[in-house]
Amino acid sequence: MTTAHLADRSTAVAARATELSKIYGQGETQVVALDRVSVEFRQAEFTAIMGPSGSGKSTLMHCVAGLDTFSSGSVRIGDTELGSLKDKQLTRLRRDKIGFIFQAFNLLPTLNALENITLPMDIAGRRPDKEWLDRVIGMVGLSGRLSHRPSQLSGGQQQRVAVARALASRPEIVFGDEPTGNLDSRSGAEVLGFLRNSVRELGQTVVMVTHDPVAAAYADRVVFLADGRIVDEVHGPTADKVLDRMRSLPGGNPRTPESDAKGRTS
Amino acid sequence: MFRTALRNVLAHKARLLMTVLAVMLGVAFVSGTLVFTNTLSDALQNSSAKGFDHVDVAVTAESREDSGDTVGKTPELTQALLEKSGEVPGAASAVGVVNGFTAIAGKDGKLIGDGFQSQGGNYWGTDDPRYPLTAGHAPKGRDEILIDSRTAERTGYKVGDTVRLSVDGPVLTPTVAGVFTTDDGNVAAGGSLALFDTATAQQLFGKAGTYDEIDVTAKAGVTQAALKAELDRALPGDVVETTTGEQLADDQAEMIASSMSGMKQGLLVFAGIALFVGTFIIANTFTMLVAQRTKELALLRAVGASRRQVTRSVLIEAFVVGAVAAVTGLVAGIGIGAGLRALVGSLGATVPDGPLVVTPGTVAAALAVGILVTMLAAWLPGRRAARIPPVAAMNSLHAKATTRSLVLRNTLGALFTAAGVAVILAATTMDGSDGQAPMGLGAVLLIIGVFVLTPLLSRPLIAAAAPVLRAFGVAGRLARQNSVRNPRRTAATASALMIGLTLITGMTVMAGSLQKSIDKMASSALSADYVVSMANGNSLSTDVEKKLRHTEGVTAVSPLRNAPSRIDGDTEYLTGVDGAAIGELTHLTVDDGSFRVGGTRVVVDDDTANSHGWRAGSAFTVHYEDGTAQRLTVAGVYQGNELIRGIMLDTATLTPHQPDPADMQVMVKTSGGASGAAKDRLEKALGSNPGIKVQDKQDISNGIAQMFTLMLNMLYGLLAMAVVVAVLGVINTLAMSVFERSQEIGMLRAIGLDRRGIKRMVRLESLVISLFGGVLGIGLGVFFGWAAGQLLGTRMATYELVLPWGRMAVFLLLAAAVGVLAALWPARRAARLNMLQAIKAE
Repeated sequence: MTTAHLADRSTAVAARATELSKIYGQGETQVVALDRVSVEFRQAEFTAIMGPSGSGKSTLMHCVAGLDTFSSGSVRIGDTELGSLKDKQLTRLRRDKIGFIFQAFNLLPTLNALENITLPMDIAGRRPDKEWLDRVIGMVGLSGRLSHRPSQLSGGQQQRVAVARALASRPEIVFGDEPTGNLDSRSGAEVLGFLRNSVRELGQTVVMVTHDPVAAAYADRVVFLADGRIVDEVHGPTADKVLDRMRSLPGGNPRTPESDAKGRTS
Repeated sequence: MFRTALRNVLAHKARLLMTVLAVMLGVAFVSGTLVFTNTLSDALQNSSAKGFDHVDVAVTAESREDSGDTVGKTPELTQALLEKSGEVPGAASAVGVVNGFTAIAGKDGKLIGDGFQSQGGNYWGTDDPRYPLTAGHAPKGRDEILIDSRTAERTGYKVGDTVRLSVDGPVLTPTVAGVFTTDDGNVAAGGSLALFDTATAQQLFGKAGTYDEIDVTAKAGVTQAALKAELDRALPGDVVETTTGEQLADDQAEMIASSMSGMKQGLLVFAGIALFVGTFIIANTFTMLVAQRTKELALLRAVGASRRQVTRSVLIEAFVVGAVAAVTGLVAGIGIGAGLRALVGSLGATVPDGPLVVTPGTVAAALAVGILVTMLAAWLPGRRAARIPPVAAMNSLHAKATTRSLVLRNTLGALFTAAGVAVILAATTMDGSDGQAPMGLGAVLLIIGVFVLTPLLSRPLIAAAAPVLRAFGVAGRLARQNSVRNPRRTAATASALMIGLTLITGMTVMAGSLQKSIDKMASSALSADYVVSMANGNSLSTDVEKKLRHTEGVTAVSPLRNAPSRIDGDTEYLTGVDGAAIGELTHLTVDDGSFRVGGTRVVVDDDTANSHGWRAGSAFTVHYEDGTAQRLTVAGVYQGNELIRGIMLDTATLTPHQPDPADMQVMVKTSGGASGAAKDRLEKALGSNPGIKVQDKQDISNGIAQMFTLMLNMLYGLLAMAVVVAVLGVINTLAMSVFERSQEIGMLRAIGLDRRGIKRMVRLESLVISLFGGVLGIGLGVFFGWAAGQLLGTRMATYELVLPWGRMAVFLLLAAAVGVLAALWPARRAARLNMLQAIKAE
């Protein structure tokens, strides 16, 4: 099996999944969403997870981000093992160490942009680091619109607020679930640019699930999933390179029959 | 379309549950009221009809209320008339009936039951067909009585026991000669009945040699009408009236029905309030269902459904919901009816037995009310559904919350509110009864105005709570913002609670103020230490006054002796008092002249003086009961009140003209003031009579307080239904809000708000909405209470507004409790929401 077993780097690991499995149902109806996946996400690295629909890429992200439970294996965020955590501790972990960006903008319509950005810290009862906050807000270019409500912002602007919210608490790792899925290509490019900048300039760690090769090309590394397993990995990707690999994936080519795809796994 | 509507009902079972419950409660209240009152009235009518089994024709004295200018002097039913009645050819028997107040003490020495239900009568001869004996024998003389079997059962008295009883003064201690059963309506309703032999009854009730009624039975084959005709011929028409037993039963039935209809209407008003509150929930539910289904409805329009069909589909849904609620409500109502009867029975009032009556009218009313109310409330949302454009089906976005401007609504609301307040304020400056109609109108206008304005009011009022909510951190802030997010929905939810609390607070303010003022009136006008009266409010024998006068430690005594008279052609009641003592026993403000009663000098209250145009020094002629006339002079004009009013003259002047003097009350002053020992002495002097109440000022105010407490508790009980329905409304709104915001809740969970935080957020939102309704309701209630008091104040000199702060705090706490309670289930649901699904759900 191809795992993300790469040459040692001096940088530490921000999150790591080992032999991670997620199984739905039992017996006949059993569905294996993740099949003993092992993967590492290093600090200050921008990783994209790709794969065809149903490959388990979202499930992998949800499990590593502490949003979902898993059947076996282990997940670590920093030094914390997630498997042994109760809901309350998981919630606190997400609040303090993880940032999220969702496909649907997921802002609270009753709060203005700034309030949405500082929401995780408000929940934690912490004061935001003013200097860092200014930097993040400056980076996503929202300085002039902080008092706007989400309904007064465009889709791209709303997603920029979401990016700022994910970064504002200086989390150990930021997860994005199709963060550009609902945006037009220009706004999408902007958001991806901010994510890459946050890695390059602010030293953040970002993991993003996407099915768009162009989006994946912004990442430092692309991990490919198919049928619940990691099947490939590309460093320093370009859109063409990603597209190429995608075509060769089981289920990646729409013309490839499902039964055939199963046979080609591994 | 019908199938689509039906499918929708089934698909939204849970969402419609609260609506069904709300309608069901209202319908249950309506049908429960109808079942209960019908059952009770049927049972009472049956039992009273049985009471006339032994009367074919009743002969009573001609009433002379409105005949001639001589006062009183009603003709008497003498022994001669009785004998004559029995001798008409069609008569089988003639029984003389005498009755009056008879208080029996239980084994503990206390009066049995309520004073006004303690009756006494006569047992005719040795075998009275009206009262079959179950034990013992007919009574003879002053030392023997019969008691009814229910009383015997209740008190434990058996044949041979000695009983303490009193008719109008002296205490008697006869033995129980026997126990009888009776269908007498008063006994069936929980009263007591004691029977004496005829001569003793006549003597005790002050009717020596005469009867109250002569009951004549017909020989076999003689109809009641024929017997009545014979009696009419045989008896002097200017002395007696005759009525057939059937007529009596009919009259009685009609009286019962009319008294029942009063009770029924009263209960239905409260049922109506509960239903009205329910309409808010129904309207809220359907509005939200339509909003959630925008896409579906647009699809229907896109594939060719007309607007009318869309509206109709919503109305059919409402019909189904209403029908289900009405049927379950009817079933629950029948249960309530049965339960109420048992409850009333257990409270001591004996309810006559009879089958549970569920008339077709009750069924029809329950179904009609449930279905119509639901459909009516769903009508506006249905119209809104029809306005959804077909293109909305193609729109991938959520239907936006209606951001229609509230300008029109606010303008209308402000107009109504201003008009309502203005009319009420104007009404408060009017005099008593003149102000009632405008006051009612103003109240209606104001309530409508506030309803319409609630969305506008919600923002500032809820913002005022922000500092408190801030203490709850981010959950508090989110709760506040969520609660003003959909002002219309918040308003409708809070309004439902507001109605109940407005009524409850208004009633409490009014009752509290009235109680205080009546209390003040009683104590400020009275300087007597004790007031002695009959337990049933009847008159006292003049012996009582004499006995009290000679009791040790008594310094002043005066009766209040009522007597009818004619002055200037009108009937006026005179009050005979002890002219020498009255000044010491009362404390009345004299406007004109001096408070001197004696000889031909009298004092008059201001109202009476005004109506006759009298001043101090005026003279007038009075025609007494016995027909004699006398000139009297007004010595002074005093400020009358609810307790003491009218023309007061000396008993020495009045009593010689009274054929049958009796006192309403006797006022007593003792040397040491009111004390337990003094009261004991007075009671002992009267022979520890169970029929007589000796009350000091405290007893009087306790009595007044008790009356008000009882009334208020009943009102609270009835209004509780409206509050319960309002709770359902809050649950409903919260559940829908949680459902609508599941995506947000999922996001909040993802970015780190724990389950407790989510729960807290929902609970605080609920609390905010409930308290908003509570504050509005209490505020309006106080205003209405104040305004109604202003009206009353014009007629009661001692009226003052009493704000029941403690109660108001309780009501506010109640509103808070409603909020916490209503949030239990929605908050749990929100906290349990599957985070991942909620985020993904579009």
